[in-house]
Amino acid sequence: MLNSEEHAVTRRNFVKGGFAGAVATAGTLGAASMFGCTPAEQSASSSAAEEASASSAAEPATSSAVEPAALPQDEIHWSQCNVNCGGNCIFQWHSQDGKVQYMETDNIGDDDLQGRACLRGRSMRRWLNSPDRLLHPMKRVGERGSGQFEEITWDEALQILHDKLQYTIDTWGNQAIYNIYGTGMYATTGRIQKRFLNCIGGCMDQRYDYSTHMLQAIMPYMYGSQFSPYDNVHASSFSEAEANSDLVVMFGNSPAETRMGGANAVWDYAKMREGVMGRGGKIVSIDYRMNESCSGHPEEWLPIRPGTDAALAAALIHEFIVDEKTDEEFLAKYCVGWNEDSMPESAKGKNLSYYDYIMGAGYDMVEKTPEWAAPITQIPADKIRELAKDLENAKAPFVVQGWGSQRHTNGEETARAICMIPIALGKIGLPGTNTGQREAEPPIYLVGSIPGNDADADGNVPEGGVAPGCSILIPVYQWLNAVDHGTEMGVKNAGILDPAGELDDNDGKLKSNIHFIWNYAGNCITNQHGDINKVHEVLTSKPDDELFILVWDTVMTDSAKYADLLLPDAMRSEQMNMQTQGYSEYWTMVTVGTAAQTPPGDCRSCYDVLSDLADLFGKKAEFTQGRTHDEWVQHLYENNGGEAAGITMPNWETIKEQAVFKQAVAPAIGLKAFRDDPEANPLGTPSGKIEIYSEQLAQLNDEWEFENDERIHPIPDFHGGFQGYGSVNDEFPLYCSGFHHKSRTHSSFGFIPELEQVARQQVWINPADAEARGVAMGDKVRVKSPAGEIEIEALVTNRIIPGTIAIPQGAWHNADMTGDKVDKGGCVNTLTTYHPSPYAKGNGPAHSMIAQVTKA
Amino acid sequence: MAQYGFLFDSTRCTGCRTCMLACKDYKDLDQSHAFRKVYDFEGGSVTAAEDGSVTSDVFMYHVSAACNHCANPACLEACPVGAVVKDEGNGLVYINQDVCGGARACVDACPYGVPIYFEDVKKANKCDGCRDRVAAGLRPICVESCPLRALDFGEIEELRAAHPDAVDAIAPLPAGDATGPSLCIIAAATATADAKGVVTNEKTIAGDEAWAS
Repeated sequence: MLNSEEHAVTRRNFVKGGFAGAVATAGTLGAASMFGCTPAEQSASSSAAEEASASSAAEPATSSAVEPAALPQDEIHWSQCNVNCGGNCIFQWHSQDGKVQYMETDNIGDDDLQGRACLRGRSMRRWLNSPDRLLHPMKRVGERGSGQFEEITWDEALQILHDKLQYTIDTWGNQAIYNIYGTGMYATTGRIQKRFLNCIGGCMDQRYDYSTHMLQAIMPYMYGSQFSPYDNVHASSFSEAEANSDLVVMFGNSPAETRMGGANAVWDYAKMREGVMGRGGKIVSIDYRMNESCSGHPEEWLPIRPGTDAALAAALIHEFIVDEKTDEEFLAKYCVGWNEDSMPESAKGKNLSYYDYIMGAGYDMVEKTPEWAAPITQIPADKIRELAKDLENAKAPFVVQGWGSQRHTNGEETARAICMIPIALGKIGLPGTNTGQREAEPPIYLVGSIPGNDADADGNVPEGGVAPGCSILIPVYQWLNAVDHGTEMGVKNAGILDPAGELDDNDGKLKSNIHFIWNYAGNCITNQHGDINKVHEVLTSKPDDELFILVWDTVMTDSAKYADLLLPDAMRSEQMNMQTQGYSEYWTMVTVGTAAQTPPGDCRSCYDVLSDLADLFGKKAEFTQGRTHDEWVQHLYENNGGEAAGITMPNWETIKEQAVFKQAVAPAIGLKAFRDDPEANPLGTPSGKIEIYSEQLAQLNDEWEFENDERIHPIPDFHGGFQGYGSVNDEFPLYCSGFHHKSRTHSSFGFIPELEQVARQQVWINPADAEARGVAMGDKVRVKSPAGEIEIEALVTNRIIPGTIAIPQGAWHNADMTGDKVDKGGCVNTLTTYHPSPYAKGNGPAHSMIAQVTKA
Repeated sequence: MAQYGFLFDSTRCTGCRTCMLACKDYKDLDQSHAFRKVYDFEGGSVTAAEDGSVTSDVFMYHVSAACNHCANPACLEACPVGAVVKDEGNGLVYINQDVCGGARACVDACPYGVPIYFEDVKKANKCDGCRDRVAAGLRPICVESCPLRALDFGEIEELRAAHPDAVDAIAPLPAGDATGPSLCIIAAATATADAKGVVTNEKTIAGDEAWAS
């Protein structure tokens, strides 16, 4: 065990020991002799000094004193972090002679309301000036995936792009072009390829996202069609809990790792904790790791086996029922499917209600007691009862799930099961409570982005404007299947969404495979998608005339290695830039910034490049609407959303001068309007109520085709899911999950050595599991799953539950793909098996894996 | 003489290392060198029952540590050439790079392991409390960077007066009695001077050798 006495060293020795490596290295050099002092003399003199200091205080060495250097008169430029943590923290660059020197962050006004960049943001200079920056357009010369390219000019690059797009459209139609998910650039003038593609007929696009795939797809069946994981209508803000909650119960939510900036939810979380605990309240953090949000507050951690949250929810609700603490009045008035009384006609008399499932009269005839849940969840039955009592007794329980819980192959049920806790207690829509969803995001976005098309709310497109193109959407995790066998994929077997009926004349199936992938500022071809070895197999099996991949980025990501054409992008800090606040912290803000330094090499603004490309298609006027990039920024700013939100914003000249405008936002209570008046404010479900049992889902389960014994579950019952609970075996005896890590936002920043040094890529393993495998702290180990194998350093820690290992997601894949394919970069998606979830067709395997660990 | 120092709130620190990276950016330090370091400290264990369920008495907290600008700096006393200076105005301790002879006596002497040796210039250097910023009326870069507002800086007696329960050492930092650190720590419940545990990120806080391994 880690904490045995034999490992406990004195603090002084330990701290010194931590630096032994550095001291020893220095000691081998003998460089001090250059200054007329041999190592021996140096040692003697320092001993003498120590003796002297023991007898009397040393004289202040004022002879060496120097005045502190005056701070240089730097140019100040502003921009924001544009990656996908949802934070959009503020950068205050200090530049000299067109080159950034260092960064301050938002230090304007009240300390409480500052968008302070996290460790990654503070490393942005390393990204801007990285030796790995892409500097020139390049075309592939080796095999696809080999990473071999040669430089070409922008003119050549745009001609290739034009010709390949035209060939794709002529041969297969616009549906064969796919705009792949990418989140490395969130700015008002950043992800604008959709506008360009709509100028030439459009492309197939994605629905849902890798963050909330299962939850986003399934929650509308419970909370209605207006549901979004990104609002303050279906979720309450942390500031509401700060003001009014006495118990916060978190499932798989760690703002300290996923929302790290000082404009971000971690600061809201810290204030919330101080508010709740200051009133004598309590926080419970249910997670398979003691995550960083528990730092200094270890008593908050309730360890659980990953992927079993729905079993815990069932046992908690069992206790509510036994203790007669369910709010039957609320359940009858606001919900469908709690018990037989509120079941829809089609499902009456079949013991299909959630109550029957819990009390042992449901399909499995098992009562969901704490004793039933204990071996599944690894939470002792008495702990489950204790948590149930805490929830029953709380005046305002704030139940909140992060997005880790749903990122499992049973995530469609887990997301809803967690919501059942406040639903069963009737603690929804009231002060200090939450809906079971993640903390709310702010309702106000002060500025919009360059639009993907120019249609108005009624679908009318003005003369000379850009019309929306192809409207077909595929679940974000399905693109690889659509490259491989798209024409076999339809609504009922692959979750394809066809809102305009474009596929009606083709039996609902796609009319073409994907033949052109447009990948801007994203790493979801390999690294952030899943099952990298399978991706490699599919992409390298396609002949050149059947697949073309454009990758447009700032550095050579693993996805970029699969490009046929590779374009270099200018960073936002290298051009005029504007963005509002992120989608996760609870305030509103806009920053308008200017270039802190000039773009390196041939890097250009993607707006300028797309304008030129549109010109090749004769569509420049439509694309630009006569505006330059900077004129678009001004246009978007001057058409801001401030007035609609009752906020008076500075005019254009003033914001250019002051750069940052920010304002606090009042707390929000999720589903308050529905709670206050359910008749006037019904949910977008068929019944207008919370649907605990969904008749729609039951119907889809009957209609859809499944490849195996999977099904769609009308109630949020517990089942293990693919490679979930119950699936470990002799070959793969450990559960394995990915998690978000401080050194990266997904894979963004994954190439910065300074970040990797302070937050190393390590697999977390409990001492019990490590000792059984002869693995010690810091050892190199191999982790193998049914999909692949990685090599990674071990972090042997009691901060993870036994029987499960955890791997920080987003590390850069690094394998010899023509050789052993062992990933020395430790990318978790080398281990994930490509197996879309039953309804969402989502990336549940991201956290549902089985694995074995051996010492390397 | 005024004495400036840092305040560190271990009830808020999430171990994010933003302070480290802000410092590295301002001081232009690469992955092998850091003037501020964040320790991950943990103890306790998880025990399994017969039904496979587990109970935990695990504790964990972080310590963000830079130079403590001690009242009696061991580095200053050890330096054979008088390169280490304690500012008479604000008590900040810095190493005059023009005088440092690279003897590394300060590296060996400091109980906190703060001064580090730079092989490229054959000199030691360390956190100087951002004395250039302080002279200009600004706070040290790390303090302004902290997303959790867990760091502060000012006259140490004022910080101590504002936080009467604060201490000057929690594990794994050594006891403060030897050098008189100008450090004011708001201690989390489990963060005590004699907490039994281990630092789990030795490699991230050490220098070149550990980084490469």
